[in-house]
Amino acid sequence: MQPVNSYVLSATGIDKIFPGARALNGVDFSLRRGEVHALLGENGAGKSTLVKCLTGAYRRDGGRILLDGADIDPQSTLEAQNLGIGTVYQEVNLLPNLTVAENLFLGRQPKRFGLIDTREMNRRARALLAEYELDIDVTAELAAYSVAVQQVVAIARAVDLSGKVLILDEPTASLDAHEVAMLFRIVRRLRERGLGIVFITHFLEQVYDLSDRITVLRNGQLVGTRETADLPRRDLIAMMLGRELVEEVATEHAAKAADGEVRFRFRGFGRKGHIEPFDLDVRAGEVVGIAGLLGSGRTETAEILFGAERADSGTAETSGRALDLSSPRAAIREKFGFCPEDRKVDGIVGDLSVRENIALALQARRGWARPISRAEQDRLADQYIKALDIRTSDREKPIKLLSGGNQQKAILARWLATNPDFLILDEPTRGIDVGAHAEIIRLIESLCEKGMSLIVISSELEELVAYSHRVIVLRDRAHVAELVGEEVTTAGIVEAIAASAGRADA
Amino acid sequence: MTSTLKAYAVRLFPQVAALVVILLMVSFAFPDFFRLEMQNGRLYGSLIDILNRGAPVALLAIGMTVVIATKGIDLSVGAVMAICGAVAAACITSGYGLVGTLLVTLGTGILCGLWNGVLVAVLDIQPIIATLVLMVAGRGIAQLITEGAILTFNDPGLIFIGSGSLLGLPMPVVIWLVFGLVVSLVVRRTALGMLIEALGVNRRASMLSGVSTGVLLIAAYVLCGLCAAIAGIIAAADIRGADANNAGLWLELDAILAVVVGGNSLLGGRFSIAASLLGALIIQSVNTGILLSGFPPEFNLIIKAAIIVLILVIQSPRAQSAFVFLSRSQGAAPAKTEEEAK
Amino acid sequence: MKFKLALASATILAASMFSAASAADLTVGFSQIGSESGWRAAETTLTKQQAEERGIDLKFADAQQKQENQIKALRSFIAQGVDAILMAPVVATGWDEVLQEAKDADIPVILLDRKVDASDDLYLTAVTSDTVHEGKVAGQWLVDTVAGKPCNVVELQGTTGSSPAIDRKKGFEEAIAGHDNLKIVRSQTGDFTRTKGKEVMESFLKAEDGGKNICALYAHNDDMAVGAIQAIKEAGLKPGKDILVVSIDSVPDIFQAMAAGEANATVELTPNMAGPAFDALEAYRKDGKVPPKWIQTESKLYTQADDPMKVYEAKKGLGY
Repeated sequence: MQPVNSYVLSATGIDKIFPGARALNGVDFSLRRGEVHALLGENGAGKSTLVKCLTGAYRRDGGRILLDGADIDPQSTLEAQNLGIGTVYQEVNLLPNLTVAENLFLGRQPKRFGLIDTREMNRRARALLAEYELDIDVTAELAAYSVAVQQVVAIARAVDLSGKVLILDEPTASLDAHEVAMLFRIVRRLRERGLGIVFITHFLEQVYDLSDRITVLRNGQLVGTRETADLPRRDLIAMMLGRELVEEVATEHAAKAADGEVRFRFRGFGRKGHIEPFDLDVRAGEVVGIAGLLGSGRTETAEILFGAERADSGTAETSGRALDLSSPRAAIREKFGFCPEDRKVDGIVGDLSVRENIALALQARRGWARPISRAEQDRLADQYIKALDIRTSDREKPIKLLSGGNQQKAILARWLATNPDFLILDEPTRGIDVGAHAEIIRLIESLCEKGMSLIVISSELEELVAYSHRVIVLRDRAHVAELVGEEVTTAGIVEAIAASAGRADA
Repeated sequence: MTSTLKAYAVRLFPQVAALVVILLMVSFAFPDFFRLEMQNGRLYGSLIDILNRGAPVALLAIGMTVVIATKGIDLSVGAVMAICGAVAAACITSGYGLVGTLLVTLGTGILCGLWNGVLVAVLDIQPIIATLVLMVAGRGIAQLITEGAILTFNDPGLIFIGSGSLLGLPMPVVIWLVFGLVVSLVVRRTALGMLIEALGVNRRASMLSGVSTGVLLIAAYVLCGLCAAIAGIIAAADIRGADANNAGLWLELDAILAVVVGGNSLLGGRFSIAASLLGALIIQSVNTGILLSGFPPEFNLIIKAAIIVLILVIQSPRAQSAFVFLSRSQGAAPAKTEEEAK
Repeated sequence: MKFKLALASATILAASMFSAASAADLTVGFSQIGSESGWRAAETTLTKQQAEERGIDLKFADAQQKQENQIKALRSFIAQGVDAILMAPVVATGWDEVLQEAKDADIPVILLDRKVDASDDLYLTAVTSDTVHEGKVAGQWLVDTVAGKPCNVVELQGTTGSSPAIDRKKGFEEAIAGHDNLKIVRSQTGDFTRTKGKEVMESFLKAEDGGKNICALYAHNDDMAVGAIQAIKEAGLKPGKDILVVSIDSVPDIFQAMAAGEANATVELTPNMAGPAFDALEAYRKDGKVPPKWIQTESKLYTQADDPMKVYEAKKGLGY
């Protein structure tokens, strides 16, 4: 054990109880000076709750928090900030319509004759950001800059205000690789300055890249704290999942080019300004993966297939009969289903219960005059909560209170309840924890075994390779390549995306 | 089944409590307040007055609740009341007969709702702007119909709707009770309620789940127009004349207030028509209480505002959690946090 | 149904439509507020009638409740070189400039039914009723009618804070002052509307022992009285007998109620403001007789003895 005074922050026996659930149960957590400490766990494990207790956003129901060896009991994030604990969230919580400098010095602007000294403020802002290798116009609105820059501004403000502990809650979720590298440089420099840094993320590579130690939570309890160097990835996953679900990506790609009848046939299907006309055949029991960079037309393809955007060219048919895909409603009548990419905006109906969210599409298809009885809704909800292992205290909980992975499963349940023939999944595993991730992949495989036709869009190539029979590659809003059977490898996909001329369709 | 009943009771408790407290307060100022007697075959008393005078706002609140549940708002209901009252008076004096008059008037209300609904659902204009159009223009249309004067009529059938009675209750009371019950049942016994709530919480997600969001939105505004038409008929029948200048004036605000006092969120989603109706009764109880109390009229608005603010404060989530806290600490026994879960 | 479309949409442009030269020796511009009430419509009708009878060429402009429209109309009248201008001002302030322009052009301006906050040498005269006096007439009628017997009065006020409500209350109280048998027991606003008049009267009846304590109702306008009469009837009492009803304005509907014995008296706020205005104007033009700055219209009292049905028939066509 380290001597106590080497810890900048240490929490012991933290309890937090919510109505109907014990979110934290005697959790210990300690942070050294000058370390990056990864805080890991599945969604719902208690990471955010712990952080909120540390930062005063929640009042803890038990336990002690020591900062520099002294007891603290922050009542608000502001108080925690003044004590030395700063937090930067995934969604930057600054004011986008103020300038960069104003954001940095909001509430503590340098004053001259009682008025804000804008020149001095801007000068200090430039000096502050220079420490972060950021040379930007501090008088421009924050919104004018990328999320990565905003993230750095948020970090600069938090460190400048607090200066002992910096908590980064999923800071990399919406950054590209280059931006992540920049962020990591900054974090390493802060570590050298002696800050204690708590780092929450879903990306295991980043954990190994950056962190010195790892603390894993599961179901509100501490699983353990380890030195990163001594913890193999496989063991880490086992700690997080509590079971040997290490076949995470291991499912060997069965070179199973589905050879059944073509069930859905699209010819010259497209919409101007959205996606170039494409041909697509989907068989029963087949998973067709769609790969491509952001903006290549992946989501547009999904939307046009589902009628969310109406196709202005081409035909769609199933077993010789024309399909009506003029609207989502029409598509649903054709037994189509669609899990959209942006779960919060397009997927969940936040204030409604898990039960209602699951029943929604089926109810919409039946029409308002034929309500699904309450008993039937309860049965449906319970069935899918069990089958998909949706973690919720009960089916009447508003879905917005569930974690991302469980929301995603509920949306999947919404479509499975309609018993679709053709299911489109747009980034089904984005932003969800490892456990739910693996479960969703298994679900995709089992659905396809049952004969459903699936279109899965994902930016995780290994995942695509694992379950796709075929992969369509998109670039510049056009379908440019199709990989079948043996060709479906990550290398193959990357090559197809990168190829400038595009390979001939298979 | 009992659990849904219990949920219902929990939902309506603040409104019922507020109503009871206000009625008790009024009865302190005016001891005869609860007295009811039969007179000319109908119940007669201050409580009946509240039910009767509250009829227009109660009817408007029914439609307004549904529109607000879709994350919309309808500012035009007061003006639509004036239009429909004027249409009813014009029809009956032109000899259309009672049935014809009612059909034309209700049709007018539906048409007004359709107009609003199309602006909101098809042209995607913000509800507050879309309905403002008819709010401003509507009273002018009503004045054109009545030519600026009060268009009086003497048709006993139409007058009966305003001041007749059925089963001892004034007709307006019967109408809003029945209509409220019918709409509540239709909304809750079919899937409409859930679909409307889904639409109000997240229109795009609902659309992608196959909900006919456009049709539902239009239907909500049509219902609102229909409610306004009925309220307009009652208001005109009550005074045996269509007063284009004053009929329904500012009632859109009372209707919105009734919905809010009923604990419904202006952000859409979950709604309770029963709670809005209680809200309408609370507002009318305050109005009637002020009239009975004999305060000088200069105080009317201040007293009303103070009471409404008090009700809204008591209903606010923060105040509610404060009550929970107080009741816990008063319990003196070991205040366990688990109690919060109960 | 004759829609008053022309009336409603007629703005200043309409003024030029009327400008076709006629044989009339006098051209008068009339800037009306709008058509917000039946009384206002009757005033417009009567002004047009009066002009026609006297062979005056009237140019009519509807301001639709906007002062800027009235100012535009006045300037247009001045530009056309009318002989005189009648104006029912929509608000009291902001007239100095345009009135000065009229004065500079030597066009006399006569204000109808409302006064303005401007130097009184900017206009020829103002024809208005005395609202305090109206209240007095109503009060005096009640004093005479009850003749010393004790009588509890309930009062339906106009819109709180409006000047007719204040004045009519004041006049009535002055008239009954010193008559201790008359007592105002309840006074509430009915907002000058039938609906509120009825609602407030219902509460008066409940509050005063089912109406048994009430001997008379004084309403600041006839519309509230008409609503209150219905409330009295629905409470099982006889308006006009069990409860005396006196109100102000003399709109046609109150005469129907009087004919039915349900209302007792009404004080006229005459819509014929133009008659006295034209009289003064003609005298001024003929022999330069400058009228007083204020011409008070008659506040005539009508009772059930005045053949209410006949008055009703006469008033009905005026657009009330």
